[in-house]
Amino acid sequence: MNYGPLLFLGILFTLASSWVGLVLMPNRQLGGLTPDTSTNAAGVVVVYPQARPGEAQQGAEIYRSLGCVYCHSQQVRPEGFGSDIERGWGKRRTVSRDYIYDKPVMLGTSRTGPDLTNIGERQPSVEWHLSHLYNPQITSKGSVMPPYPFLFEVRPVGARGPSADALKLSGEHAAPAGFEVVPTAAAKQLVAYLRSLKTSSPLPEAPLPRKGESDDAKSSATATNTPASK
Amino acid sequence: MSAPSKTLSALMPGDVPAGDGRRALLAEIDASCRVPVLFFVVSGLAWLLLGTLLALVASIKLHHPGFLASWEFLTFGRVRPAHLNTVIYGWASQTGIGVTLWLMCRLCRVPFVAPGLATVAAVFWNLGLTVGTAGILAGDSTSIEWLEMPRYATPILFVSYAMIAVWSVITFRLRTERHLYVSQWYLLAALLWFPWLYATAQIMLVMEPVRGTVQAAVNWWFAHNVLGLWFTPIGLGAIYYFIPKVIGRPIHSYYLSVLGFWSLALFYNWNGLHHLIGGPLPAWMITVSIVASVMMLVPVTVVAINHHFTMWGHFSKLWHSPTLRFVVLGAVCYTLTSLQGIANSLRSYSEVVHFTHHTIAHAHLGVYGFFTMVMFGSLYYVLPRITCREWPCLGLVSVHFWACTLGLFLYVVPLSVGGFLQGLAMNDASVPFLKVVEGTLPWLKLRTCAGLLLGLGHLAFVANVAWMLARVFGPYRKPVVALLTGQETPVVVGK
Repeated sequence: MNYGPLLFLGILFTLASSWVGLVLMPNRQLGGLTPDTSTNAAGVVVVYPQARPGEAQQGAEIYRSLGCVYCHSQQVRPEGFGSDIERGWGKRRTVSRDYIYDKPVMLGTSRTGPDLTNIGERQPSVEWHLSHLYNPQITSKGSVMPPYPFLFEVRPVGARGPSADALKLSGEHAAPAGFEVVPTAAAKQLVAYLRSLKTSSPLPEAPLPRKGESDDAKSSATATNTPASK
Repeated sequence: MSAPSKTLSALMPGDVPAGDGRRALLAEIDASCRVPVLFFVVSGLAWLLLGTLLALVASIKLHHPGFLASWEFLTFGRVRPAHLNTVIYGWASQTGIGVTLWLMCRLCRVPFVAPGLATVAAVFWNLGLTVGTAGILAGDSTSIEWLEMPRYATPILFVSYAMIAVWSVITFRLRTERHLYVSQWYLLAALLWFPWLYATAQIMLVMEPVRGTVQAAVNWWFAHNVLGLWFTPIGLGAIYYFIPKVIGRPIHSYYLSVLGFWSLALFYNWNGLHHLIGGPLPAWMITVSIVASVMMLVPVTVVAINHHFTMWGHFSKLWHSPTLRFVVLGAVCYTLTSLQGIANSLRSYSEVVHFTHHTIAHAHLGVYGFFTMVMFGSLYYVLPRITCREWPCLGLVSVHFWACTLGLFLYVVPLSVGGFLQGLAMNDASVPFLKVVEGTLPWLKLRTCAGLLLGLGHLAFVANVAWMLARVFGPYRKPVVALLTGQETPVVVGK
């Protein structure tokens, strides 16, 4: 192997193969996915997925900036593979079409904390999320999630009494007397984003399991991946 | 493929012919490398210390979440990617480049070409990293794993890299040694593969993001290839150089080295999407990566036979050479981490260990146990030659080796076990999630202890390097070592 040009070509062609196979081909297959339009039982036309409204989109930027993805995944594995569905993290597996509006896509590789694909359905309460962000020990004793005190403002209670959006804290976590804990705009945006995380609308390639037909549901949930084309 | 030469030159890193003038040419090449290689290595060490500090902060936060919690820029989700980027692009890549530059000069048998170009590249690289790390801590992280540095920092790194690629092509063209030793295949491949990977990932993920889960495919194609096509070839190239060099014995088999190189080139770059097992991408993409991952048995076995059989019967030399001790430890870790990686890529195994700390242990066995150990070993060989000074303190060498080796063991073994148990508990839906979290705490605390040991080792090494450099540049200059200059009588450089 003393012939430079041959070595050079070999080096280029080997990488070119996976560049075509794992970069260009996925882009060709998945890069043009569009939302699904269907009619539900009530006769209403449903378009899924949809781009996030403004405040939730701003919250996605906070989620990105604080690096939530390093402990929380956003993907539900198929039934029978892990316990994602048994744990209630989703009603069905997630598929590529669920993510077409995400920039960046934050699937995550770690579950130091629970999966958040459907946190908007599992925990719709704004108050819960704000308390949890202020100090996770309030809602989840023993959690290793860091508190985010910098997303809140501790300020003196005004002359007209406590603010409407002040956190209702008690016991050891309560603000000092005469002070209140108020979420910043960033905290509200982050909660809006978390509440927007819902992936339970059925898609043709990932239908919801039907009650009483779990075998059928299992096979359709695991056998289907994504459509061969858009 | 040309017929393999049966001469010794095919089996030994024959950087210069034996005979008159041998030491003089080696000394000239080494001296010409001094400024650019030292620049990369010394800045690499500075980033290693910063990266270790960030790692410790992140590790403590995982069992004491209130630690330093009131500062936004030190929240876990920023410190962790800052750790990754400083150790990957600051320490491992820069030291890897430094060692590669020196190996290229030695193996091509040319004194350093255009040292100014390489030094400017090093300045740019550090500038880009500083901006990028500050950006991550300030909240501009992209949250794309292995590519967190914001878009205003990465073009600076790319410019730097382009200069290094140009340098390597020039050096390769000007080579006076016609024989291409196996290390050179690996180094040349790494130098050409990396810019392609980096440019593709930057354009498709950061500059003009592609749609939806295509991002995940590109992300893991890139991230796995940073390991497979950047660190692995540099590390293997260095092992192929230093083991025969130190023990004075040819490598076990030329045919196996050819097979090992091309099978790695063919299979490794298809591995990346096994990081998405169970994820929302089509099954064929993930399956093709699993198949390629299993095929890695070929290059891994072949390289293991070649490295370990070369060493066979010469283990007593480990006591005398710190280079050999670190490099052989790295070679053993390469075999282990590769086998572990193949296991991790199987669906049934991934079902348990995916999303757990097991993966983190595996990553450290690769980047630390294999690559960093090989780089430490390489530096023990390279630095005395380019500075013409011996290592000042052997005690510090021992502290470095044993602290890092024990630290690595204490990091990888418990966290692999703890991660596996975490995965089993997580897959049992009857175990509440907070119970799963509680179960990981003892392992995470052990990890912090391991990190402290590794940090101690790094401090010992940096102290030794600083001491050595003080003998070159400081007020208490020591005479050079005659053997390393190629001259008969000692001379004092700079006086």
